[in-house]
Amino acid sequence: MDLSTFIQQLLNGISLGGLYALIAIGYTMVYGILRLINFAHGDVFMLATYFAYYLVGIYMLPWWLGITLAVLLAALVGMSIDRVAYRPLRNAPRISALITAVGVSFLLENGGIVVLGARPKGFPRPEIMGKVYTLAGASIIGVSVWVPVLTLLILAALLFIVYRTKIGAAMRAVSTDMETTRLMGVDIDRVISFTFALGSALAAAGGIMWAFKFPQINPLMGILPGWKAFTAAVVGGIGNIIGAMLGGLVIGIVEIMIVAFLPWLSGYKDAFVFIILIAFLLFKPTGFLGEPLKEKV
Amino acid sequence: MLKLQDLHVYYGGIHALKGVSIDVPEGSIVTLIGANGAGKSTMLKTITGLVRPRKGTITLNDEEITGQPAHRIVSKGVAMVPEGRRIFRNLTVYENLMMGAYPRTDRNGIKEDLERVFSLFPRLKERRNQKGGTLSGGEQQMLAIGRGLMSSPSLLALDEPSLGLAPVLVQEVFQILKQIHEQGKTILLIEQNAKAALQLADRAYVMETGRITMQGTGRELLENELVRKAYLGE
Repeated sequence: MDLSTFIQQLLNGISLGGLYALIAIGYTMVYGILRLINFAHGDVFMLATYFAYYLVGIYMLPWWLGITLAVLLAALVGMSIDRVAYRPLRNAPRISALITAVGVSFLLENGGIVVLGARPKGFPRPEIMGKVYTLAGASIIGVSVWVPVLTLLILAALLFIVYRTKIGAAMRAVSTDMETTRLMGVDIDRVISFTFALGSALAAAGGIMWAFKFPQINPLMGILPGWKAFTAAVVGGIGNIIGAMLGGLVIGIVEIMIVAFLPWLSGYKDAFVFIILIAFLLFKPTGFLGEPLKEKV
Repeated sequence: MLKLQDLHVYYGGIHALKGVSIDVPEGSIVTLIGANGAGKSTMLKTITGLVRPRKGTITLNDEEITGQPAHRIVSKGVAMVPEGRRIFRNLTVYENLMMGAYPRTDRNGIKEDLERVFSLFPRLKERRNQKGGTLSGGEQQMLAIGRGLMSSPSLLALDEPSLGLAPVLVQEVFQILKQIHEQGKTILLIEQNAKAALQLADRAYVMETGRITMQGTGRELLENELVRKAYLGE
C-alpha cells in the first residue's frame, strides 16, 4: 500500500463518515432529551431523497430550491412523527415509546414500498457533482469534493445553533434537567419539536448527498445507513453531539479501510460495523464522550 | 398578590395538600415552615404549574392561574429557585442566567437585570464563562437565585435555599434575600431553618401533613410555644 492510496482512502472514509455523522446527530440529540432511540430516523433520511427526487427529477425545480424544500419537508415529517407518535407517550414507560419508534419505522418503510414503489429509482445528479477536477495531477469527481465540504459547513452551522443560540441553550438545558428547564419559562414541547426538525433536516441533507454519491434510491435505503449512524452515535457517546460527529467519522473510515485494504473481507464490511456496536455496548456503553450513566433524582 | 384557596393536590398517589389556603401580599416576605414531607415543595410545584391541583384555586394579581403550564406562569412574573439549586451543570454561568431570562425579549431590560445580578453576586461575574457544575455549593445557590431573578419576577419563590450550606453561607443567603426584598420583590420562602426564616418574614405559615396548622406574623410564630418546641428546638 502506498501513501497516496492511503490518503485517498482516508478522504473517502471521511466523506462517508461525514454523512453518517449527519444522521447520527439526529439520533443523539433526540436521545439526549427524551432518552428515546428514534428508529424512524433512518427512514426520514430515505424520505428526503424521494422528496428531492420528485421535486427536482419530476417537477423540474432548480436544484437549490428542490433541495431546500426537500429538507424542509423532511423536517416537517420528523416533527410530525414526534407529534403524532411520541408526544402522546411522553409520560408512558420508556419501552412503549421505543416500540412505537420501531413501528413508525416499519410503517414508513412498508408504506414507502406501497406508495413509492419497491423498484429503485435513478437519482439525478447536479452538474457540479459530476464535474471532474484535476488537482496536482490526480483527477477527482465533484461529488468527492463537494460532499465533504458541504458536510463540514452543515456541521459548523449545527454547532453554532446548539452552542451559540438561545434555542440551542434550551436544548442543552432540557437534556440535563427537563423539570427545571420548564421552570425557566421554556415550552418544552416546542424545544422537542425543534430538536426533531433540526435532526431530520440534517438527516435529509445527509440523504440527498448520499444519493449524489450512490445515485439509486429505494424505500429501504435508510435502514443500513440508519443503523450505522446509530452505531456512530453509540461509539461517540449517545447524547453527545461532538461524539456523534467523531463516531460517524470513525465508522466511515473503518468501513472504507476494510474494503480498501482487506478486500477479501469486504463482503463483511457491514458486519464489522455491528461488531463495533456490540463491542461498545458490552465494554464501553457510554462511548468516547458520553457521560457516565447517573440515575436522575 | 398571590392567593391559594382550598388547594387539594395528589402527588405520587398521596393526598399531599389537603385544603391549603395562603395569602402572599404584594411587597411582603412570606415564609412556610414545616417538617420534611409536610407538602411544602408540593405547594411550590403547584404554584409554578409543575403539578396540577385536583381542587382549589390559585390567583395571581386577581387573575386565576390554576392549572396553567409552567412556562406561562413564569411569564406572568413568578420565578422559582428550586430545591437542591438544580443549576444546569453543563451550561456556563452566563448561559444559566440567560436561561432564567428565556421568555423575555426586552434586550435592554435583560442587560440591566444581568448587571444587577452581577452586582448582587460579584463572584458570578468572575466566573461567568465557567461551567455551572464547577461552582461550589454556595456559588451554585447564588447562581440559582440569580437565575430566578433574571426573569424579572414580581414574586420570587425559593425552596430551601439554605439547605446543605455552611453556616456562614446560610447567613449570606438570608442577607441577600433581605436585599432582594428591599429592591421591591415579593418573596415566598420555604425553609427548614425556621428561626432565620421567621426572623425575616412578615407573615408565616406552619404546614403539617398537607394542612396549614398555624399562621401569624413572623414574630408571633417565633414567640409561639408550640413552634418553639417543634421547629426551633427549644
